[in-house]
Amino acid sequence: MKLVTAIIRPEKTDQIREALESYGVQGMTISQASGYGRQRGHTQVYRGAEYTVDLLPKVRLEILVEEDSCDDILDVLISTANTGSAGDGKIWVTHVEEVIRVRTGERGMAAV
Amino acid sequence: MELTTTQVWMMVCAALVLLMTPALAFFYGGMTRAKSVLNMMMMSFSAIALVTVVWVLWGNSMSGGGANIGGLFGNPADGFGMGSMLGTDGFIAAGYGATFAIITVALISGAVADRAKFSAWMVFVPVWVTVVYAPIAFWVWGGGILGADGAIGSVVGEAIDFAGGTVVHINAGVAGLILALILGKRRGFGKDPSQRPHNIPFVMLGAALLWFGWFGFNGGAASTAEEAGLIWVNTLAAPAAALLGWILVERLRDGHSTSLGAASGIVAGLVAITPACANITPVAAIGLGIVAGVASALAVGLKYRWGYDDSLDVVGVHLVSGIIGTVALGFIALPVDGVGGGLFYGGGFGQLWAQIVACLVVMSFTAIMTAIIGLAIHKTMGFRITTEHEIAGIDLMQHAETGYEFGGLGTGGTFVPHPATSAHLKSTAADKDADRVKEEVNA
Repeated sequence: MKLVTAIIRPEKTDQIREALESYGVQGMTISQASGYGRQRGHTQVYRGAEYTVDLLPKVRLEILVEEDSCDDILDVLISTANTGSAGDGKIWVTHVEEVIRVRTGERGMAAV
Repeated sequence: MELTTTQVWMMVCAALVLLMTPALAFFYGGMTRAKSVLNMMMMSFSAIALVTVVWVLWGNSMSGGGANIGGLFGNPADGFGMGSMLGTDGFIAAGYGATFAIITVALISGAVADRAKFSAWMVFVPVWVTVVYAPIAFWVWGGGILGADGAIGSVVGEAIDFAGGTVVHINAGVAGLILALILGKRRGFGKDPSQRPHNIPFVMLGAALLWFGWFGFNGGAASTAEEAGLIWVNTLAAPAAALLGWILVERLRDGHSTSLGAASGIVAGLVAITPACANITPVAAIGLGIVAGVASALAVGLKYRWGYDDSLDVVGVHLVSGIIGTVALGFIALPVDGVGGGLFYGGGFGQLWAQIVACLVVMSFTAIMTAIIGLAIHKTMGFRITTEHEIAGIDLMQHAETGYEFGGLGTGGTFVPHPATSAHLKSTAADKDADRVKEEVNA
């Protein structure tokens, strides 16, 4: 079992969620995040004074996936999240030891 | 006696001018960072309360209601508490005058955003209105030294200041600069990006309400239909042109026209037209507006170059555009019945000289008196909050409130309805522990 974590553009969230749903992903966790990568922050101007904001708003999307479907899901993510410009985000995959459904106590893939 | 239309108009205008101070609270409140918005707005609201009380007791007498004392101010003991006014129509002008005093003090607060101790502000306001605002209003409008028969006015000529270029805007601008210097810079001034404005829609709402109220500010003292109409159109034209001037500077200099620039341009234009509203043509008002919008847009950057923290640009907007509007009358004032007028109307240098002298007299007096009051407060009770309080946020530390719910996490806690009267309802963690121990023992 794998945990796919994707940092994506906030404005891409709905499109990515729909693409994942049509692939068959049953659930996900989405949270607001902020940070920066190579594109750095952005600049605002108030009464002529420039304020550079280092941390940009991002969305963090987390999905638990079966190892077999992991690559397909990554393809879906990459193809929908990509705009070609800096700031598209990052995706990383980690190994998950155990998953438990709180209501029933089921474990493993049955809990996903 | 029956109400005349002029009196009705003045009372409506007084209500419009009163609205300008809450409008200013939004204009300034939106420009502070989120954790200072309530303190910023409270400085305006508290000015309404304090100045009103002062005005009823002695302010109105000192600004024109009392006997002339050396051309400097009216006798505060004459008509103290407005008791002698009962049975007369004097209340109408007295109420109108109060609203001007209120907004003048409130304007100063923008220079000391984020860091003025609220108690110090509550002392500063009544003292400043008494010894700075009331005398200057008396000099210009109450028959004092700058009037036609005054010690200065009779020598250099009477300056034109229809609605308060010197009394309100230059006065507040200089006082703001002095207080900003006494209090010192905000922590992180010119470096900390979190000091950018937190709510531009508030600023635009404030600018819109200020413009609305300004028709009362400029128009309330109009005595004829001809004058009232001209004032109305000029109060529309100058801010419109100033908005364009300000955002044009931004487009050329910074690459973008901003909403904050548009809101600021409106106020700069309103300030510039204030002294001149009854004495120039609408085309001249457009020209004046453009000059004021461009000049103030350029002037707001000076604080970073010269290192004074006039946080919300009281100097850049009110002092600069106030001087422009007041001095411009020396060039573009219309002759009255074919006599006088500014340089461009063949009136010679007389009017220009009178305008410049009035500016300098008001600026020097305000600078000196505000420095004395400000330093006296700063050296005794302290005018500035501590660094720790500045970091934690002035709203929370000075008022025990926050303007907004910050963040979703960590907002849990306990709630005690009015601890001063409901101590018997309050259950502390220690009480709960005691209860639990008792239950365990009983079990």
